[in-house]
Parts: sequence; C-alpha cells; structure tokens
Amino acid sequence: MSKLHALATAFLLGMLAAVQPANAELNIIIDSPVIEPMPFAIPDFVDEGGAGDYAQNISRVVAADLAGTGLFREIPREAHISRVTSFDAPIAYNDWQAINAQALITGAVQASGDRIVVKFYLFDVFTGQPLGEGLQFAGTPGTWRRMAHKVADAVYSRITGEGGYFDSRVVYVAESGPKNQRQKRLAVMDYDGANTSYLTDSSSIVLAPRFSPTGGQILFTSYASGFPQIYLMDVGSLGVRALEQQDGTMTFAPRFSPDGGTIVFSLERGGNTDIYAMDVNGGGLRQLTNAPSIETAPSFSPDGSQIVFESDRSGNQQLYIMPAGGGEARRLSGGQGRYGTPVWSPRGDMVAFTKQNQGRFHIGVMRVDGSEERLLTSSFLDEGPTWAPNGRVIMFTRESAGAGGSAQLFSVDITGRNLRQITTEGAASDPAWSPLLK
Amino acid sequence: MTFLPKALLIVAALGLAACNNPDRYGKGGAGGPGANGGYGAGGIDSTGLGDPNNPNSVAYFNQRIGDRVLFAVDQSTVSAEGRGILQGQAQWLQSHPDYAFIIEGHADEQGTREYNLALGARRAAAVQDFLISQGIAPSRMKTISYGKERPLEVCSDEACYSKNRRAVTVLQMGAGA
Repeated sequence: MSKLHALATAFLLGMLAAVQPANAELNIIIDSPVIEPMPFAIPDFVDEGGAGDYAQNISRVVAADLAGTGLFREIPREAHISRVTSFDAPIAYNDWQAINAQALITGAVQASGDRIVVKFYLFDVFTGQPLGEGLQFAGTPGTWRRMAHKVADAVYSRITGEGGYFDSRVVYVAESGPKNQRQKRLAVMDYDGANTSYLTDSSSIVLAPRFSPTGGQILFTSYASGFPQIYLMDVGSLGVRALEQQDGTMTFAPRFSPDGGTIVFSLERGGNTDIYAMDVNGGGLRQLTNAPSIETAPSFSPDGSQIVFESDRSGNQQLYIMPAGGGEARRLSGGQGRYGTPVWSPRGDMVAFTKQNQGRFHIGVMRVDGSEERLLTSSFLDEGPTWAPNGRVIMFTRESAGAGGSAQLFSVDITGRNLRQITTEGAASDPAWSPLLK
Repeated sequence: MTFLPKALLIVAALGLAACNNPDRYGKGGAGGPGANGGYGAGGIDSTGLGDPNNPNSVAYFNQRIGDRVLFAVDQSTVSAEGRGILQGQAQWLQSHPDYAFIIEGHADEQGTREYNLALGARRAAAVQDFLISQGIAPSRMKTISYGKERPLEVCSDEACYSKNRRAVTVLQMGAGA
C-alpha cells in the first residue's frame, strides 16, 4: 500500500501544463442533454527504451479509462492510417482527419531499472493543434497503471474542463458465501477494479468502509468485539484501533470531516440511534442530535460547516441538513417514498442518496436546497452511493433478489448515463471512493 | 496515537470471544463450534441443545416457548402474539436464573444498511424493555443488532421477509449473573 504515496510525478517537456480550460473546438459539455461520444485515436505508445509491454499496456488503460466514461469512443487501432513511431515526429493530421478522429493521444514510455517514464501529447485533429503542453509522469514499474490513469485524467480534464477521477481507489466490502451466512472482508482496488488487495479477513462482519480525506486511513464498522463498533485502519500499516466503546451501545456509519480531524457517526443506546462526533485522535465525544427517532448516515459538506443525514423523525426516512456542531435541522427531501444514505458531493452542490419507493430502490441526486431531484437508477436493491473525486460519477451497490442474490458494484454518471458494472474478483458491496491520488 | 497491529486486535477479540462474544455468526465469536452447545456458525440449529420435552432444556425454551418474536414492516412494536411469547420467556428465565442471554435484532433486506442496523437495535430494545418489565434483571441481558446482515430465510418475498424481521433471545449456557 505504500506505493500509494510512492509515485513521483514530474512535469517536463517545456512549460508546466496546468489543467487547461477546454477550448472551443475539442470540448465535451458533460451536462448536454445528448452526448455523442467524441471519437479519439490512441496509437500504442512508443517504446523509447526498455518499455516492453508497458508501452502498449499503458495506452490500453488510457483508452479504457476514456471510453469507460461514455463520453469518448475509441477508433480501433486497425483503422489507423498513420503509424506513430517517434514521439516528437510531426503529426500527419490528414491521416487522422480521414478516419474522423477528433482527438489524438500519442505517448512514449521509457523504462530502466526501477523507474518508468511516461509522456504524452493530446492533439485536436481538426484544428491541427496540440491541446495543452506535453506532460510526463515518472514512477516505479509497479505504478504503471497509475501513470496511465494520470494521462487519462489529464486528457479528460483538458477536453471536459472537469477534474479527473481515474487515478483513484475504491475501498469496499468483498462478499462470499450464501445469503444467510455472508462472509465479508474489506478490500481496496483501483477505481476500475484492478489491483485488488484485501485488508481484513472474514472472521467478523465488516460494513461500510470510508476513506479519510487524504486516503491514508479508513473508517469502518466491524463485529470484531462481538458488537458492531467503529474502527480506524491505517492504510499503510493495516493497523486497526477501536474508536468508541461504551458498554451496551452500538456505533456505526462513521465518516470523516473534510479536514480529517473529526469523525461523525451513529451511536445507539437502548434502541435509540443518534448522531455523535468525536476527534479522530480520541476524545471530544459530543452528541449532535437528540431525538427518539433514528438519526444516521451523516455526511459533511465539503466546507465542513454542515452535515446531511437521514432521520425517520417525520415517520419515515427523510434527509435533513444541520450545522456541523448540531442544532436545528432543515428537511431536504420532499418527494414520495423514503430517502437514506445521503452523501454530500465533493463539489458541494449536490447530495446523492438512496430512495425507496413502491418496492423499488433508486440512486438519486438533488441540489442541497432539495430541488431538482433526479433518480439515476432503478432496481430491486440499489443503495449506498459514493462520489467520484470530481463529483461527476457515482458508484453504488446493486444486489439481486432471491436466494441466489448477490451484490455487485455499479457506477453511473450524475446525468443518469453510462450505467456500468465494475468488475470485481467476487461479490462486492459498500464502495467508498478515495480522493484523487497525489 | 498508536495503532494496534491487526493480528493483535484479532487475537484479543478471540480471547474475549470464548467467554462473552455475542456474535455467534462470526468465526471468532461464541457461535464457533461447540462454544454455545452446538450452534452452527451460520444458521440456527437447535439440535444438541437438549430434549425439547425437557422443560429445563434450551431446546424447550427455543422451540416450545419460542425464542423469537416477529415484527411488521419497519416496526419495532411487539405484537400481542409476541407479548405472549415474551411472557413465556420471562417465566422460564425467572425459574432458570443461571442463564444470561443476548437479544438479537434483525431486519429484512428491504432497507438501507445503516437504517436496518438502527431498526434491528430498536427491535432488540423493545424485547429487552418487555422482559425487564416482566421482572428479569437487566444485568442478565445484552442486545445486538444485525440489521439485514443475517437473514434466516433467503427468498425475496414477504414469506421470507416476515420471518427475518425478528428479535431472537439467545441463551448463554451457564453464563448467568
């Protein structure tokens, strides 16, 4: 796991290319009512020495990242007219225009010893211009997929004007065994399902892991003591410590504050569940809600000033927002059905939630004033949304019905487009997206 | 703040499990082989808990009196039928003071994970409150919620859901206060 922090990034090839605003020619407005995926070409990256399979593998991951958004469509390599054999050779724009590629990504890989260097250019084929400067990333060979994700993030950002999300990880619950005896353990993977590793064994039920704002810690709920309690894991060492233990209480649904210093969670005592906060280093326990109803699933606003949560104080589950220190809450949800598991978007403008209505489950989003509710999915059981770091994509759990039912991870754009299953090693639930890795 | 190595934490949990870990579903819990007189790790199997015709046996408690009460959708109020079962449990517990017990609250799968944990806790607490009202010492009982994590029946119909919305009184042999 230490490789999470091990990737050195270098920015060369002339001037540092900050994220460029999308230009008028090569531009995808993600919120457009209809999206025609932008055709792009990405020849296998050039081997500039020792790159071996990395050159092709990296360009393939870049292509998969971009095509996986539903915003881009790759033109198959067999259709290419030009061959790119040198990274700095002039681009034969006519050849790429002829196959209707709008964007062209070229790259090169160099490997020696424990160091691998990846560089790329992005071209706007129809204006015949590079879009932004070239960029270079360097790291150990084990981080080659991360370097590919960084290339794809840069391309995505330049064309959409949005932040990227490919160089990120997802912590989730890996599931096995029959429905009445489900074994659960914490696992972490790249956002696309690659590089899975397991963080706990399945000796105790574990639920709903959550990354810290830097990705270095994970909060989760475990039955390890015999009772459901919240724990904190250090991702580097896998060390675990219990956070709040009081006899006769259950703690669950933990989540970090945006500054990583505070944990907000639910504590149940005598059958009644309220929301509490505590310092991540222990101590400072404070009660934020005090009602005979169920208050749970708290999630901070990105500025840390407010908390969205669910409560059945009105008679069934609805969403509310209160100040981060507790106090009067205003109701957010107003439609038919029940609303739970609210999660504030990293951009601050929306809340994602699970909705139950007329026997169906939905993942939805609404503005933080409760307006513009939009249901993105519908199934027998969808629940537990988590936001991509750029606030454009949501991952969630979808469980199928019946004795043989099992849980899988899916993602969907907040436009409702591009519903996809994430390929995991086995059944999976409770995903939580990391921030963009550094 | 130091982090306990995970291995140590699990060893510690296992050490406790032998005497008071209430999670009979966990591999490390009291549900492990033989830990509670013959419970399987995953299901509820009352064979080996004695003869149900023997009124002093756990099998009699589980089967003849009934170890569980069922709840309506999204409710935690004990029904009239449930109160009858719990009165029977209370009488048996009064005359068998050596038994402590765990009350497990469960929910069906029609709900979000967190809410169902809280709902299971409400159901367990409703049974706890009733048994206390019948004169059973609070020190003999603990509660735990499994939410929707441990359904008894696995179909996705009301026939199964109605059996999964339950609170189960699980006796702990020889562990009484």
